[in-house]
Amino acid sequence: MNGTMVQNQSSQLKLGIQGGLTIAIGYMPIAITYGFIAKSTELSLLETVLMSAFVYAGASQYMALDMIARSVGMIEIVITTFIVNIRHFLMSASLNEKTEKVARWKKALYAFGITDETFSVAAVQKDKLSASYMFGLNITAYSSWVFFSAVGFLIGEILPEFFQEGMSVALYAMFIGLLVPSMKGNRKVVILATIAAVFHSFFSFLHLLSTGWAIVVSTLLSACLVELVYYKKEEEGKESE
Amino acid sequence: MSNVIWMIIGMGLVTYIPRMLPFVAFEGGRFPPFLQGVLKNVPYAILGALIFPGILFIHDELWFVLLGALIAFGLSYIGANVIIVVIGAILCLSFVSFLF
Repeated sequence: MNGTMVQNQSSQLKLGIQGGLTIAIGYMPIAITYGFIAKSTELSLLETVLMSAFVYAGASQYMALDMIARSVGMIEIVITTFIVNIRHFLMSASLNEKTEKVARWKKALYAFGITDETFSVAAVQKDKLSASYMFGLNITAYSSWVFFSAVGFLIGEILPEFFQEGMSVALYAMFIGLLVPSMKGNRKVVILATIAAVFHSFFSFLHLLSTGWAIVVSTLLSACLVELVYYKKEEEGKESE
Repeated sequence: MSNVIWMIIGMGLVTYIPRMLPFVAFEGGRFPPFLQGVLKNVPYAILGALIFPGILFIHDELWFVLLGALIAFGLSYIGANVIIVVIGAILCLSFVSFLF
């Protein structure tokens, strides 16, 4: 391996860690709240931290706690978790189109860190995604999630309420911060996001689909419909040339 | 091992498999062009679906939600880095929540 490659790898790693820091901040309040609820659901500290470390998916962990509290069966909890998290399949398939070619075991390893948030940050990058970038991004976000789950269990609601309320916007602010720069001067992006948001509202307000499926279906509908229109346009453009 | 630990292992497996499968099963850039186009659209569509309607439920007061969204939108529109967008929105809303 030559010098420039090593240098390139470490700068990619740094870039990934930088992207991960935003997520790490956003995860803090959610992980602390999770840890706090886990304690009141009478999970042990070990179980609380293991769930964050093994499952690493916020929404499904909250759901599991709620179901444990209502004494729902464990098999049912596992099945619900699967349904809520199936959307990651779509994210990984999309990311796989823009990752650099590396050994499959490396991909299998960083795949563990794919969440709504790490996916969003990685997906709006302009360049191809290197393994070093993905590891930097995922390890930073993951550490925050696991660490603050434990903090939440141990010290609970230590943050003043006004700060908790302010923190509640963190992840949404991040999603907006990732989307808006891509929307500028790109009508296709605006349409894609709007149509998906409309479908998702429709499905969730009418309670037609569970949360996991609602995101998958509205995303696919929007991505396919918009592609149909643009694909046709491009084909027509080619024919008229 | 307690039952809960077994449940956690099960939850971990069913969450990891959908995350990992596409990376291992598919070779990037091999799908027909239309499907590649759809997959390229996915990030922007998902961001739309993740933001809305979820953002409406972070607070009981709609004006509080709108203020947060507006600050984040404004900061990112003028080209602020994502981390500034997040910290800016948190600080503004914390301050507002502290006042009222």
